Parts: sequence; C-alpha cells; structure tokens
Amino acid sequence: MTTTATFRIWRGDSTGGDFKDYATAVSEGMVVLDAVHQIQAEQANDLAVRWNCKAGKCGSCSAEVNGNPRLMCMTRLNQLDLSAPVTVEPMRTFPPVKDLVTDVSWNFQVKKGIRRFKPQPAGADGTWRMAQPDVERVQEFRKCIECFLCQDVCHVLREHQMFDRFAGPRHLVYAAALEMHPLDSENRVRDLKDAQGIGYCNITKCCTKVCPEDITITDNAIIPLKERVVDQLYDPVARLFRMVRGGSHDV
Amino acid sequence: MPDYQTHEHDVLVVGAGGAGLRAAIEASRAGASVGLVCKSLLGKAHTVMAEGGIAAALGNVDDRDSWKVHFADTMRGGQYVNNWRMAELHAREAPDRVRELEAWGAMFDRTKDGRILQRNFGGHRYPRLAHVGDRTGLEMIRTLQDHGIHQGIDVHMECTITRLLKDGDRVVGAFGYERERGRFKLFRSRAVVLATGGVGRAFKITSNSWEYTGDGHTLAYDAGAELIDMEFVQFHPTGMVWPPSVRGILVTEGVRGEGGVLRNNQQRRFMFDDIPENYRAQTADDEEEGWRYTQGDKNARRPPELLTRDHVSRCIVRELKEGRGSPHGGVYLDISWIKDRIPNAAEHIKKKLPSMYHQFKQLADIDITREPMEVGPTTHYIMGGVRVDAETQMSNVPGLFAAGECAAGINGANRLGGNSLSDLLVFGKRAGEFAAAFARHETIGTIDDRQVDDAARQALEPFDRGTQGEGPYQVQYALQDMMQDLVGIVRNEPEMRRALDCLARLRERAASVGVGGHREYNPGWHAALDLHNLLTVSEAITRSAIARTESRGGHFREDHPDKDAAFSTVNIAVRRESDGGMAVSRAANPAMPDELKSIIEEMK
Ligand SMILES: Cc1cc2nc3c(=O)[nH]c(=O)nc-3n(C[C@H](O)[C@H](O)[C@H](O)COP(=O)(O)OP(=O)(O)OC[C@H]3O[C@@H](n4cnc5c(N)ncnc54)[C@H](O)[C@@H]3O)c2cc1C
Ligand code: SF4
Ligand code: SF4
Ligand code: FES
Repeated sequence: MTTTATFRIWRGDSTGGDFKDYATAVSEGMVVLDAVHQIQAEQANDLAVRWNCKAGKCGSCSAEVNGNPRLMCMTRLNQLDLSAPVTVEPMRTFPPVKDLVTDVSWNFQVKKGIRRFKPQPAGADGTWRMAQPDVERVQEFRKCIECFLCQDVCHVLREHQMFDRFAGPRHLVYAAALEMHPLDSENRVRDLKDAQGIGYCNITKCCTKVCPEDITITDNAIIPLKERVVDQLYDPVARLFRMVRGGSHDV
Repeated sequence: MPDYQTHEHDVLVVGAGGAGLRAAIEASRAGASVGLVCKSLLGKAHTVMAEGGIAAALGNVDDRDSWKVHFADTMRGGQYVNNWRMAELHAREAPDRVRELEAWGAMFDRTKDGRILQRNFGGHRYPRLAHVGDRTGLEMIRTLQDHGIHQGIDVHMECTITRLLKDGDRVVGAFGYERERGRFKLFRSRAVVLATGGVGRAFKITSNSWEYTGDGHTLAYDAGAELIDMEFVQFHPTGMVWPPSVRGILVTEGVRGEGGVLRNNQQRRFMFDDIPENYRAQTADDEEEGWRYTQGDKNARRPPELLTRDHVSRCIVRELKEGRGSPHGGVYLDISWIKDRIPNAAEHIKKKLPSMYHQFKQLADIDITREPMEVGPTTHYIMGGVRVDAETQMSNVPGLFAAGECAAGINGANRLGGNSLSDLLVFGKRAGEFAAAFARHETIGTIDDRQVDDAARQALEPFDRGTQGEGPYQVQYALQDMMQDLVGIVRNEPEMRRALDCLARLRERAASVGVGGHREYNPGWHAALDLHNLLTVSEAITRSAIARTESRGGHFREDHPDKDAAFSTVNIAVRRESDGGMAVSRAANPAMPDELKSIIEEMK
C-alpha cells in the first residue's frame, strides 16, 4: 500500500529560509524521519537533519511537525493527516543552523553551570545502599534523552528569550535528579533561585505535555524544587533574621 | 593552502561514546590536556542506545559469581580466540568500573538489600548485568558525560575526523571537518585514542545508526595499524522485522532474560531443538526449568533462548529457511505469556522493559504485554577491530590507541551481551591512562603540509564532481544490499569472491560520487566521505571471512560448517600494504598461562 504525500520542509540557515514542498512515496509503518530521509536520499542530498537511534532513545531528531514539537523518529505518518502537506520545521526556540538542525549549544553551557553530583561517603565496604523506591523517583528524571523539546515549548525561553536568566525545564529536571539523589550531599537551592531562575517558571505545564519520555516535569521536578527554594530561602523566620542582619533580599 | 583551524592537545580522543568519554576522563585525571571529538552532539553516541546492561561479576544477586566465572564465560562465548589477557583484565576490573559509575551519580536498579541489581543474559552463567530497566546505555553515557564536563576536557562536537596524521611512524594528530560550517580542523596531539564504535552501516539490516561507518577501523588501517578478527560480525537474533521502516531496530536480549520465549509459526519453542554440546550442561532440560531460571531459581539452568547470539541467530535463520517463520519474515518472541505465571504481568513487563513496551506500541502498534513480537536477526556489533596491546590499548602504530567497539581482542569470535559496556569502561580507562602516560614522554610532532593538503583536497573531491556525479546514497545502498546478501549470517567462498568483485566496482562508483550544495551541514557530502570507510571495512570483513575456512562464533561458513583446530589459536589480521592493497595474514594468539587454563577447565 503505497501512496504519495507532500512534506513542506523548512529549508534555510541563520540568515533565513522558507518552506519547500517535496512529494514522496509513503508506505505502511513509516515515521516522519523516514520520509525526511527518503527525500534526502532521492531529492535533496544536502537536506540537514540530526538523528541517531531511530527509536526515541537519543533525542537527536527533535523538530516541529505540523507545529507540534515531536521526535521525528517516533511520529508515525498514520497519526497525521496526509491529505494536506505535512509541515516539518526546526525547533523555533533555538537559532537555526541549517534546515532542520538548530544550534542547541546553549543547553550544554547551562548544564555545566549546575553543581555536579557530590556523593556522601561510601559505606564500610566501599559501596552504597539505596532502596528501590528512592531510586525510582530519581530514575524518572534520568530517563531524559535531552531532546530539548521541553525547552522548545517553554514560553519563558520561546517568547521571552530569557536565556541568560532561566535554565529551562530540561535543566530543572537535571537539577531535581541531583537534588533528590539519595546519595547526593550538595545544596543547589540558592543556585536554583539565582542562576537557574526557577522563579520564572509559572507552571503552565507545556513542557510536561511534550516530553517524549513522559517525565512529569512540572509536578514531580519543578514544583518540589520550588518548594525547597521557598522552604530554605523564604522561610519567614530565616528571612527576618537576614533582614535584621541587613542583608537585602528580593522576593 | 587549505583553510583550517588548529587545536593542540596532549591526548586527542576520537569518539564520545562510553569508551571515548571514559578515556578522556582518565587522561584528563592523569594531567593531560584532552580534546574529545565526536560526530554527533555530546551524549548521542551509540552507547546511549544500549539497553540490557553492563556485565560485571559483582556477585550481588548470586554470590557464586566471581571474575573467574566471568572470564571463563567470556572465553567460552568467544570460542577461545579472544585475547585472554584482555578477557582477564576485563573480568577483574569491571566491578570497580561499575562501582565508580555509582560514585559519579549513576542509579542502577537495586536488590532488596539496596545493592546494584543484576540480571541474566545470554552466555553469562550467573545474573551479572547491572542495569537500569532497559535503558542502561543512557544511564552510562549520561553519567560519564555529566562527570566529564567538569574535567576540563575540550569537546569538539559534530566534528568528523577523516585522516590521522603522522610524523614518521608515530601518529601525531588528525584532520577533519566540523559539520556546522564545513570548515576543516587540524588537531595536533602527542597521542590519539580511537573510540569510534562499529561498522553496522555496511549491512542493510542493522541496529546501528548512521555513525557506524567503520571510521576508526579505517583511520587506523590507513595509518598502518593492523586490524584483527574482522570476519567476526555479530548478528543479534532479535531485531524488529515489521514495519519495514524499523527493520533491524534492536529488541533487547533482556526480553528473554525476563522470561520471553521464541516460537515458530507452529508455536514450537524451536530453541530446544538444537543445543550445542559445549553448552548442554548449562542449559535447561525443559520449559519449566528455563522459566525457573529466569525467576532467579539458583538450581535451575538457563533456557536455550539465552544461548549465545550467533547460535540463536542461526536457529532463527533455519526456521525461516524451512518455512516456519511469521508473516513478516521473522519468528515470534513472546513475553506476554508470563501472565499465566505471575500476577500483574502487564505491569511487571512495563516496569522491566519500558522502552521495549514503548518502541513496539509506538512503532508497530503492538502491545507486548498482550501479544508476541515478530523478530529476526540484525547486524549489531563487530568483534573485530584495531589490534591492541592488552594492558595499554596501544596499536602497532606508536601513539595510536584504540578502545571500545573499534578495538579487538576481548570478545574473540562472539561477544556476550553486556560485555561491551563493561569493555568500554575497563579499556576506555586503560587507553586514557596509557595515552596520557605516552604523551608525557613525547614531543608534539611535526606535521608536514603535504599530508594536510592531501587530506583537504580529498575531502573536497565530491564537490568538484558536483551533481553530475552519482549520488552518495545510491552507492551506500548498493553496498549494504550486497554485503547483506553475500557476506551475511551464512557465508560461502563463491559468494564472498563475488563480493570482492562487487567491492572493486563499488570503489569505482564511489570515486565518481558527487554532491551539490554548500559545505554547511551537508549530509550528502558527509555520506560521500563515509564511503571510503564503509568500503574498507567491508573489504576487511570479506577478506578475513574468506581466510577463515571454518565456522566459529559469529562467523559461519556453510562450506566449512565445523570448527577447525588449526584456527583455534590464530586471529586473521589485515594490514595495508605500501601499494594500497590489503594483506591478509594469520597472527598467532600467544599460549594461555596454565593458571587461566585451569580456570577454564574448572568452569567447563
Ligand atoms: C541497540 C543497541 C543495544 C545495545 N545494548 C547493549 C547492552 O545492553 N550491553 C552491552 O554491553 N552492549 C550493548 N550494545 C553494544 C554497545 O552499545 C556498543 O558496542 C558500545 O556502546 C560502543 O561504544 P563505543 O564507545 O565503542 O562507541 P560509540 O558509543 O558508538 O561511540 C562512538 C563515538 O565515535 C564518534 N565517531 C565515530 N567516527 C568518528 C569520526 N570519524 N570522527 C569523530 N568522531 C567519530 C561517534 O560520533 C561517537 O561519539 C548495544 C548496541 C546497540 C546498537
Ligand atoms: S511549566 Fe514552567 S518550565 Fe514548563 S513550560 Fe511552563 S513555564 Fe516553562
Ligand atoms: S525532559 Fe523530556 S522533553 Fe525535556 S529534554 Fe528531557 S526528554 Fe526531552
Ligand atoms: S533518532 Fe534518536 S530520538 Fe529520534
């Protein structure tokens, strides 16, 4: 069962670009990435796209398909209306490099700014004990494949461009994984407020909706971190104490 | 004079998978300045896709396990042509390497008493694989990445090395291009560690990504290093077969470790029909015993589904050839049947195999908790690669080290599942350590301009031919089809001779491939440059496979179906001759010390 479908793919680079239509044969079971590859092989050798695993494990093939942030390798064509052109464009929150490839280097910078894992001393036998339920809570966050789709939809980054003040949902998930790691002994609460700008998140939950790993980003990672920030930095008694000592503190 | 940027590092690591990251961390820890180059973004290397686990004899689940058992299992799996010293070091050091990951933040699944949980896997006598559900590779690469970014390593992402540069005999740097702008880069270094992974893209059906074009193998070969064991390609028994677009994508062996069974279209568990002699004593007598084994009964022996991969793959091929396959040309892999045995089976499956559940649900509309999967063999891993010194991981070319899948030795004729991730850690660390030590005593070499000019000129040739030339993908597809047909799971001499003829013709076609567009992020150009590597490793595989006139491990010859003792102590080696031809020879594997021999005897 082969039919033809049209893919309206954004072609361009940092100086600008436009959509271009490609008609290609589609068959049962195909995903958007297959169609893009087919077009690349047959009609546009230089069409730029990132991918690796083709199975939703590496987080390379993020794009906006018909306006929705998706992994192209996990988006089946039979979920899309093929009677109209399928638009495929790069993640719009990040600067375009070429075609479907964007410059996501900012994310790597931001991550470096988060304090690393600092384990408690090991037990007498040189190893640690952890209970499965404690591990599971953090494993949810460690499922993250760094596709940056959550960053792509977060309005603080997308609309307000607060790249210098807000680390974005991906990195709050990362910080949560560290903070809730049963063996970790570092404190990142002050940084979360100041450096990662957790206060800019107003819990719209758009990030959670697009996460291909089904990480409950807002409820399980961001809200508990916000609570820690409030508990540790805004506790009224502590605040009073700081005011008496003359420290200045924003809210 | 080509335009390029120059970078200088004590140690240049090519590849940022598990092996490369681990090497970079260690070299940096030893005080070397380190550059780390990778074709994709950081954290996206193949290692991220590993599912089942890391093999290490921690003995957390079964305290009868020890490095000796792991060593004996690895040698048996490799049919005794492994580099025994590597197999020994690997078995001894893997537990420390895994614990180290935990110290860097990794979170493995736990036993009831809070230690690292271990699971069963093919060819491993005891539950040995430390794991995180079925996304162990992600856990490992992320742990190394997140630790590595704080070690002062210079990372050059989306940059491809196309040539190693030499000063006399010694490797002193590398040349490549960065994808984004297509600009050239020259790396000067005192030592180079190759950690570029495998070659799966030489075949049509594969679990490997676009990165697996045999770059490190070819870079080393072109620089004069010897490659060994190239005939040993692992065809994993369980790849997806339907829908066509996902054909080859891996279905982890963990499914079978958790109790999944293989059946043909007559519902028969055909794996019971052919159990190799050297595994008989360790294999379950019946389905009941096999089930008990997967549920942790220490007195039970493993089901035949968990025999080594080469054997399971061939049994599947037999079923297919004899007309007992599934509708889409595979066999059935069923985990849903465990609902007859345990309560809440569906939840259990989703928890133990979350990404398999996801993968089938999303890509094939199959709910694996309710119905069987269809699976068939897929090209998965290459045991062969750069011949290295067991202790230091240095090749026969001074200054050139290799670790991980692109190096050879530890796996012999067949790799056991889980032994790759542990290999990356053990030998990645060693490569980093010894490359740094080597660098300490060496000057920065001189690189003459001619080498650089030549590398640059060659890289730009596809543009010179422009769109008049044949497209790169067409040549790549032709190569993949040919290798799949002629040098696949079941081989014979006439077909492989034909393969060599085809390779010669494909080389000519590759030399006339042209690309259009600009140098900025141009996949067509990249694919054109990869062809040289794919052709080189394909030729090495074919020539080595012709030379090994016996069947052993991953290498099966229908014209020589048995093992031949004459080959039990040799590795097939290939090396580039000065006229550019490929020389094939037999390299003797040194005799094993008695101490190790007796371990093997004991564990028989
Ligand atoms: C689906 C799947 C599941 C697997 N599951 C398991 C498992 O459960 N347990 C197990 O032990 N093994 C498993 N394996 C095997 C194992 O994952 C690989 O063998 C291993 O990850 C290889 O690691 P590596 O560090 O050698 O290379 P990789 O992780 O592949 O990294 C190679 C690196 O080299 C870079 N590179 C390549 N060429 C160049 C070049 N020319 N210039 C610059 N950089 C270059 C790449 O960009 C990449 O960064 C699995 C494999 C697959 C495909
Ligand atoms: S919930 Fe917060 S982080 Fe997530 S999209 Fe909304 S504002 Fe951004
Ligand atoms: S949290 Fe989810 S959406 Fe965000 S980067 Fe990770 S996997 Fe992607
Ligand atoms: S290619 Fe890896 S997530 Fe799509």
